[in-house]
Amino acid sequence: MPQCDYSCGTAEHLVSRRAFLGSAGAAAALGPAGFANAFAARELNKSQKRVLVVFLSGGVSQLETWDPKPGTDTGGPFAAIPTSVPGVHISELLPLTAKQMHRIALVRSLNSVSDDHGRGASIMLTGRVPEAGIAYPHIGAVTAKLLGSDANVLPGNIQVLDRGDSAFGQADATFLGAKYGAVSLGEGKPPADLLRPASLTEESDKLREEFRKKLNDRFARSRRSAATEAYTESFEQAERVFRRSDVFDVTKEDSKVADRYGRHPFGRHMLLARRLLEAGVSYVKVSHSNYDTHHENFDFHIEQLGEFDRPFSVLLDDLAERGMLESTLVIVMSEMGRTPRINERYGRDHWSKAWSVALAGCGIKGGAVVGKTTANGTAIADREVRSGHLFHTYLRAVGLDPTKNFYPNDRPIPIADPKTDAIEEILA
Amino acid sequence: MIDPTATKVEREFKHASPLVACRFDPTGRFLFASAQDNTIQRIDLLTGAKVALQGHASWVRGLAFLGTTGNSDAEQIWATRQAALQGVVGFPALTMAPPQARPFTLISGDYHGKLIWWQGDAALPTPLRTAQAHQGWIRAVAVSPDGKTIASCGNDNLVRTWDATGSPLHTLEGHTSHVYNVAFHPDGKHLASCDLKGNVKDWDLQKGTATRDLDAKVLTNFDNKFLADIGGARSMCFSPDGTKLACAGITNVSNAFAGVGNPVVVLFNWSEGKPTLFKPKDAFQGTAWGVAFHPDGFIIAAGGGNGGRIWFWKGDDPVSMHMLTVPTNARDLALHPSGTHLAIAGGNGSIIVHALHAK
Repeated sequence: MPQCDYSCGTAEHLVSRRAFLGSAGAAAALGPAGFANAFAARELNKSQKRVLVVFLSGGVSQLETWDPKPGTDTGGPFAAIPTSVPGVHISELLPLTAKQMHRIALVRSLNSVSDDHGRGASIMLTGRVPEAGIAYPHIGAVTAKLLGSDANVLPGNIQVLDRGDSAFGQADATFLGAKYGAVSLGEGKPPADLLRPASLTEESDKLREEFRKKLNDRFARSRRSAATEAYTESFEQAERVFRRSDVFDVTKEDSKVADRYGRHPFGRHMLLARRLLEAGVSYVKVSHSNYDTHHENFDFHIEQLGEFDRPFSVLLDDLAERGMLESTLVIVMSEMGRTPRINERYGRDHWSKAWSVALAGCGIKGGAVVGKTTANGTAIADREVRSGHLFHTYLRAVGLDPTKNFYPNDRPIPIADPKTDAIEEILA
Repeated sequence: MIDPTATKVEREFKHASPLVACRFDPTGRFLFASAQDNTIQRIDLLTGAKVALQGHASWVRGLAFLGTTGNSDAEQIWATRQAALQGVVGFPALTMAPPQARPFTLISGDYHGKLIWWQGDAALPTPLRTAQAHQGWIRAVAVSPDGKTIASCGNDNLVRTWDATGSPLHTLEGHTSHVYNVAFHPDGKHLASCDLKGNVKDWDLQKGTATRDLDAKVLTNFDNKFLADIGGARSMCFSPDGTKLACAGITNVSNAFAGVGNPVVVLFNWSEGKPTLFKPKDAFQGTAWGVAFHPDGFIIAAGGGNGGRIWFWKGDDPVSMHMLTVPTNARDLALHPSGTHLAIAGGNGSIIVHALHAK
């Protein structure tokens, strides 16, 4: 049999994505062993584009991560270490990530214009400064809509939270509709009451659900609204999660794999993210708390980045090994950076004027560094970008055209801020 | 006449960079203060002259001293000079021609895990030797009462001991989190160390093993909102008679990332291992970064949060008897060997020396 890495003409290669996803619900477990045909899985992984956002909540310090300034008045106590890309240095707090730098591009000249947590998160996730009269959808909803497929069993927009409750139908989709709203997994778990209680038979559950749908349909016929749509969609999301509840169970992974990711919540959540991406989820956001270090910034960054470094590095390796990295855009962002100035409590405060974001994988030129801050990081010295530039870049990286429009209520709304454009220097 | 309630500022020195730690040398002539610019500033208290010690590439939190080197002829000379200086070492001597400083060695430990030995009295001290002692931060350095052993601790969860020349002696393993502080018992046979999680270990130096654990967990907290640990003994010392161990830090933390908690000194009865919490009388929020036993029996701590404070406790009363507001977060506290003065290292770059007596 002839061998060819890219197209061998065998039956395995001809398995379509749609056909695969249609049968995915029958798969007992994920990972290479869980797919009926590993080759087909690999082919699928190459063709379907996905986005993973690792959101470092609270505002990670750019000086303790991607843009260290050792030996300056703002630099703090940590060293800068060399990476797998000659000439590019990052903080010593990221030794494993440093070995992945050939896969990572850095943007070191971001001005996200708001030092407020909520507003900053909105700006970073929508690529726009909030405006009166319109709420823009988050990147998760946008990519779920534009990259997702109706054939996928799972919701297209899932966020893994390190605390809080689980929920369906989050409002981040705005005018795109609740179907693309995030399913939130508090502490990485589906809602505790998702699974059918043992006291309820399958038949009774089915009858109950049919009755609910009947009532819902009757109500919707006369009083359909965004709220009823969201309500209906939340049930459908729950049903989809229920049908693939095995995906959410990281204990199905080999214990050695779990060890590699780390036996702490963020390690488990990154492993869960890999499973979700493998299962065809278009957008996964994993939050890691917390970096809002007004007090003892350095101690807390040791602890938090110590948790971040290994699972992030392992995930990049795993995605690459599975042939998924070239089709998965990985973004590490926060709602803001932190002040170069160190306050009297060894803290760094909120700072949006000159900070950094890291990208890797699909469509990204690994090892590229764009933008520059001044010697002590207090201002942008070259190539200032806004969140809109990043938003364009994310979409371009996964093969989408950010200059197109959405048409809610037949009104054209540009997918990405038309005042900005993609950062070409980091696009492959 | 020592009177803590009469404590007042006697001198203030400014440095351009925020300070991290401070210590008086054993002769009491110099005050050393480390800074965020990676230097150690040496201030001659007789002349006010400042010298920067260059050699570290990160912040220095550990400062400790070895005394004289033991040359008999030199000892005689130093003793004579010490006698000549009795009663004038310190600020009243400013008008006198400064005598030559007596030799001593400074050992400093930084956040890159490096120990440096310096001839502290040299006109311009330069590194005599260095040791890559720990992976990650060195958080504290201490010297044994006989001056023969140095101990260091840090973020590799280890306590390490060294001889005076810098040769490694023991690696003490047992902590499971960053080791924040270390102190020699005055008997010279035991060493105490405290980690981030508030575990205090009592090490038998001859055996190189921990003989017991003491509980200072009141100094630690896992913040469930921010999902991070805060704690550890930010300062630690034994009373001169060895009956008590003081560990200073923060307790009652409700918001680790804003530093919302209360300063505290955990005072252990060393033989029983029983702790008593010494707290400020005022409702101050912040951290106690330095603690010291005064030879007269009272306890001093200094710290910061929203502003700086110095607190005094008398005898065994766990409620502070006196408090001073200082114009900067006190990041460290040093007590002069004579007991007449204390110094704080400020987050605003101020080194403030206080007299513990009325004029």
